[in-house]
Amino acid sequence: MTHTAPELMSFEEALERFDPAMGLEVHVELNSATKMFCGCPASFGGEPNTQTCPTCLGLPGSMPVVNSKAVESAIRIGLALNCSIADWCRFARKNYFYPDMPKNFQTSQYDEPIAFDGWTDVEIVGEEGPETFRVEIERAHMEEDTGKSLHVGGSTGRIHGADYSLVDYNRAGIPLIEIVTRPIMGARHNAPAVARAYVAHLRELLLGLGVSDVRMEQGSLRCDVNLSLAPAGSGQLGTRTETKNVNSLRSVERAARYEISRQAAILASGGSILQETRHWHEDTGVTTSGREKSDAEDYRYFPEPDLVPVAPSREWVEELRAALPEPPRERRARLQADWGFSDLEMRDTVGAGALPLVAETIAAGASPQAARKWWLSELARRANEQGTELSALPITPAAVARIQALVDEGAINDKLARQVFDGVLAGEGTPEEVVAARGLAVVSDEGALGDAVDRAIKANPDVADKIRDGKVAAAGALIGAVMKEMRGQADAGRVRELILERLS
Amino acid sequence: MSTPTSVPLIQRSAARLAEALAAGETTSVELTRLFLDRIDAVDSSVHAFLHVDAEGALDAAAASDERRASGELRSALDGVPVAVKDVLTTEGLPTTCGSKILEGWLPPYDATVVTRLKDAGLPILGKTNMDEFAMGSSTEHSAYGPTRNPWALDRIPGGSGGGSAAAVAAFMAPLAIGTDTGGSIRQPGAVTGTVGVKPTYGGVSRYGLVAMANSLDQAGPVTRTVLDAALLHEVIGGHDVMDSTSIDQPVPPVEQSAREGAIGDLDGVRVGVVTELGGEGYQPGVQERFDQAVELLVKAGAEIVQVTCPNFVHALAAYYLVMPSEASSNLARFDAMRYGLRVLPEGVEAPSAEEVMRVTRDAGFGDEVKRRIILGTYALSSGYYDAYYGQAQKVRTLISRDFERAFEQADVLVSPTAPTTAFKLGEKLDDPLAMYLNDVATIPANLAGVPGISVPAGLAEEDGLPVGVQILAPALADDRLYRVGAALEALLERQWGGPLIDPDKLDKELAR
Repeated sequence: MTHTAPELMSFEEALERFDPAMGLEVHVELNSATKMFCGCPASFGGEPNTQTCPTCLGLPGSMPVVNSKAVESAIRIGLALNCSIADWCRFARKNYFYPDMPKNFQTSQYDEPIAFDGWTDVEIVGEEGPETFRVEIERAHMEEDTGKSLHVGGSTGRIHGADYSLVDYNRAGIPLIEIVTRPIMGARHNAPAVARAYVAHLRELLLGLGVSDVRMEQGSLRCDVNLSLAPAGSGQLGTRTETKNVNSLRSVERAARYEISRQAAILASGGSILQETRHWHEDTGVTTSGREKSDAEDYRYFPEPDLVPVAPSREWVEELRAALPEPPRERRARLQADWGFSDLEMRDTVGAGALPLVAETIAAGASPQAARKWWLSELARRANEQGTELSALPITPAAVARIQALVDEGAINDKLARQVFDGVLAGEGTPEEVVAARGLAVVSDEGALGDAVDRAIKANPDVADKIRDGKVAAAGALIGAVMKEMRGQADAGRVRELILERLS
Repeated sequence: MSTPTSVPLIQRSAARLAEALAAGETTSVELTRLFLDRIDAVDSSVHAFLHVDAEGALDAAAASDERRASGELRSALDGVPVAVKDVLTTEGLPTTCGSKILEGWLPPYDATVVTRLKDAGLPILGKTNMDEFAMGSSTEHSAYGPTRNPWALDRIPGGSGGGSAAAVAAFMAPLAIGTDTGGSIRQPGAVTGTVGVKPTYGGVSRYGLVAMANSLDQAGPVTRTVLDAALLHEVIGGHDVMDSTSIDQPVPPVEQSAREGAIGDLDGVRVGVVTELGGEGYQPGVQERFDQAVELLVKAGAEIVQVTCPNFVHALAAYYLVMPSEASSNLARFDAMRYGLRVLPEGVEAPSAEEVMRVTRDAGFGDEVKRRIILGTYALSSGYYDAYYGQAQKVRTLISRDFERAFEQADVLVSPTAPTTAFKLGEKLDDPLAMYLNDVATIPANLAGVPGISVPAGLAEEDGLPVGVQILAPALADDRLYRVGAALEALLERQWGGPLIDPDKLDKELAR
């Protein structure tokens, strides 16, 4: 499928002429043990269609029963987002036909969400340094996920042009919380950064609550970006597009930026924006038109008659509020102090989405600086090269801590550690297994090392003389020679000691 | 009147059969065979069954006999066979809901009602015919052909549960399960001279009941005596964690009430006659039997009060918005993607999922089902929701208030169950509104969730066909239905000199 690239206006010009308004809809899959309305396991993966029952398959006669743990999670999310919690609310049916929807209606919430009217503050780095931006939350409601379609054949992976489609209903019925913001206005040129920061902030908050795995690449956190433009200063809302399933933090920012440039070009040339769903293409960095979505689309919502209303008692809500974990901002301030990070270091860590990873690595025994160093340099570079998220790299914080421990023990050095990362990321096993298999251990055999030192001294008599004369700094040249001969697998500190012993 | 032991087994009530089993007069296997033979002999004329499970029933009967031998009975009805309306799922047994769209589907699970029947030791004879997805009052809307009324084979057996009522009326089963959304247990009971009970909404689990209208549907007993209904009610009733709308309370003491009521003493019971459910629009012979029944209640000591329920006149209209709305959504799942019928469009090499859905639904659903899907889709559409679905919900509230006020004045309410006796097959097929009007007296109970029973009241003067009296009670007071119902039944049978159904007359009609 070829897309004719639309005209784009430069981001800067677009923002001179238009004000963007954004609405972010985030779907979070809860990590509850069982599904929203039945007892099937809600775990990710599993052979297709093995985690199903009459209810999540929507078989005739089956009935839903609400998962109270999911309700609890929904309330906690609502509270963490400063929402009011409904004292009485219902589920509703959202009716539409799609093969991956077992009942051809989704059991969701409509005009009676469990949580509503909240807000949360996100931090971005603006032109004049860090800024706080308040995002208002319209609602957070409970619903069930649909099954997952796999379209086989065709070039796009979408249903059009596919030879056939397969549906896996393991995902059908997994509890989802949909969190919807009010229109985010006034962010102007910061709008894409606010979008990204909001999603990153939500992820951190949800992780802190322990309610979701929040893995964007596995779809346990999915973001739709609604965006519209209005003439600068008009204070109006323009026609919006809804860009679906933008599945990484980076893409959230890029997609928002792209839509601003695309819509600005259309509006500036006198065109109008079509209210539609758009697809984000990670590889090409563009959005393309999906189905047209007019306001006339009618889901014929009505209250789910098979379920009784959810009426959380005020006592329960207050209990849950009291037991909420420390909010992300407070937690970050505490961690920064504990770890001794500078403001910049902390900001970089959070901005890279590495905070939980760094925290876990430190918890696994690494020093704060070492944990930060590996995630933000070595691993961030690799994630960037692969166009993926840090959290998606196939390495655990525990493994990172273990590699650092090997460095601390002197078994390897930093240079070798990079090769250990290569091995672990390539699936060659644990850090120890990679060290063994690749033969990466630092040579600590005094005989071999001594011989190499002797050879280096002999080959560089003038350097040796300088050291004998007390110019210890010159030892670097000899250390370099030895390390080169040992192909890096030597403990540089020990080499230095050996050189100085011989030349003192 | 014949003594119990001289009555052929298949003509006896379930309570009597339980006694015969206990006395060693028969075995469950023998009994089950007798009913299977009866089905073989007469169901070609009646067509009450869509599927007969002789093997399963006999296996269950043999297991019951073994339990009896070792003294480990599971219920008062252990070993007494039962028929189940085809709208309840049965593991490994076809469940079609009277629709082509479910032809060949074998459910992988039992409805809770079916599980409870099995757990109580009742052999399941088979699945009974019904209007497609329970949409109708005559069983003529079954995709597998109509069921005929055993009293007159050219007449309808009521609906949607005409199969269950006809099976019980024609001695093909002593007991059956029906479901009642707007009268589908009670109206067939009335026109076949049998007893039908719609319990309080939430009194019997709906898990495994293929929903027409979830907020109205309720499963219940179909029997020939009030006591049998109570015994069956005890088996299937009670809380079920799989149905969030089921009531977490013990089943009311229905068996005890039925036994007490049979004494025929209603001293101090206040019986309300609902002004709106009678008179104009009711067949004279029906009204006459009803009035006589009320006189009998007076003789038994009941105090009669006239009550008005002014909002009942809106019940039918509200029902025909709520029911199709829920049904249109419930029936969306029949899309050929996962189970049931799949029809491929002709002349299309690689049809899309949407095309297959469209063609299958067009071929698989009958006209009445399509009519209700269209009605419901319309009523729920944005811009119409408030005027239709929303307004209908308000009417439901008003009807519930009417009931509340009426039950301040009376312990139970009574009315004719249906405005007419059984009409002729085909007579109302082209006039849906006339068909819908047949449920005018039964629908208010569904809208308000209160329980109701239909008890045979005799035969209408003008056509000699059965008439039913409906008794309604407040929610959770199902026991009152049984007390008053059993009393009325006892008094009437004393008049008639035995049960309403005359076996000789019946067999003559079936041999026609």
